[in-house]
Amino acid sequence: MDPSAIEPSAAGGRPVEKLRADGLRKSFGAVEVLKGVSLSANSGDVIALIGASGSGKSTVLRCLNLLERPNAGRIFVGGEELRLSPGRKGELEAADPAQLQRIRARLAMVFQQFNLWAHMTAVENVIEAPMRVLGLSRAEAVERAERYLARVGVSHRKDAYPAHMSGGEQQRVAIARALAMEPEVMLFDEPTSALDPELVGEVLRVMRLLAEEGRTMFVVTHEMGFAREVASRVVFLHQGVVEEEGAPAQVLLQPKSERLQRFLTNSLK
Amino acid sequence: MVDWALIAESWPLYLNGLKVSLILMAISVSASFLLSVPLAIARVSPNPLLSKPVFLYTYVIRGTPLLVQLYMIYFGLAQFEWLRESAAWPLFRNAWFCAWLAFALNSAAYTTEILAGALRQTPNGELEAARSLGLSTFSIYRRILLPSAMRRALPQYGNELVMVMHATSIASAVTIVELTRTARDVYYNNLAPLEAFGLVAVFYFVITFTLVGLVKLLEARFLKHLRPKTADPRPA
Repeated sequence: MDPSAIEPSAAGGRPVEKLRADGLRKSFGAVEVLKGVSLSANSGDVIALIGASGSGKSTVLRCLNLLERPNAGRIFVGGEELRLSPGRKGELEAADPAQLQRIRARLAMVFQQFNLWAHMTAVENVIEAPMRVLGLSRAEAVERAERYLARVGVSHRKDAYPAHMSGGEQQRVAIARALAMEPEVMLFDEPTSALDPELVGEVLRVMRLLAEEGRTMFVVTHEMGFAREVASRVVFLHQGVVEEEGAPAQVLLQPKSERLQRFLTNSLK
Repeated sequence: MVDWALIAESWPLYLNGLKVSLILMAISVSASFLLSVPLAIARVSPNPLLSKPVFLYTYVIRGTPLLVQLYMIYFGLAQFEWLRESAAWPLFRNAWFCAWLAFALNSAAYTTEILAGALRQTPNGELEAARSLGLSTFSIYRRILLPSAMRRALPQYGNELVMVMHATSIASAVTIVELTRTARDVYYNNLAPLEAFGLVAVFYFVITFTLVGLVKLLEARFLKHLRPKTADPRPA
């Protein structure tokens, strides 16, 4: 068990807020895709973001670490506010690039298309950021990488290049790369959407394991089974607003809004 | 038919010419490579104040013959009195310096375009992944963008090296006795064109294919990650 997985709130007491976003707005040209979205996660929460394509769920996630620049809103990571200042085109940008880098390192992200660095082997992908960003020595980083590659079950592929691995293996290496930062919050952007159906299970199993370790996770997903069984809270986005949120049993089994009912009926087809 | 005795006799001259050509190539390629890395980064910059001047530079250089560029530097600049009176004049009076400068500037233009093209091909997702983990812009260039782009550029860069090798023959126009000038001298002195130029062709041929072979070795080493591979037989 690594130290980052030990969550103070798991032992009871007051929940610790890990990530909060207030009133996120984002426009692409004339289209406003986020119309004031607020989210938060306490330590150990697994938040599933669901919604039809175009509902803005990936955009919310990408605003949290500023891969997408919101037009308005505030972001707090572990109580520290990410300082934003208005840039050109009416978008907010990081006031202090060094702070942004520090905060990004605490919010590791896993992408739909894996986004492994193609010229590096699996283990090189995993040691890179711990060495450059966290300042680990190569020996420490390799030791850490091997631990996390084993955790996600791809130790035997550690010297393989991404192009020589299956999609499921690549995504598990990408998860190990995020884990190796020992982040406070993990962001998953549709992690199984680019996988062949028979490979989805191996990635979901790893994510379930991480949730059981008490990691704080935001997961944009179409996997309703995962949302129901693993999430502590489900957030349904519709046209850039949070339409409904709550415990999975409540949101997925007794949806109040008609839109959510329709979405759930369609996603079961 | 073929005058083997002449070939044997002029062999040492050719070896000396070969040495000159290789030195000229080595110093030109080194300078051009060092120039082209920052130029390529500027060339792909979203800031037009950085990218436009570099584009203008590569456009002008690639649009004019190398021989003309060499003449401009060696003969043309000498017209300016302020240059002749400046501290840099001993350099610009020197044929070696002018050839080196012309070749380096010329090759840098082509290398910049090759590298800029490879930089643009970097998958955006790889950059987002680097940013999302908190890597600094400098780290992203040093560890992700440049290593990945240089690998992709390698096959084209190999062609550029061959082009520079062949272009060193142009140095003969400004009194440098490299391979081609050696061959011409041997021809003038003996009026044996087949021996004089045939031998120099063999030299260039051997150098070219040695270069191509070296680049292939580098590709085998650095482009491993792009080679298709048969399925791993071990269970996943």
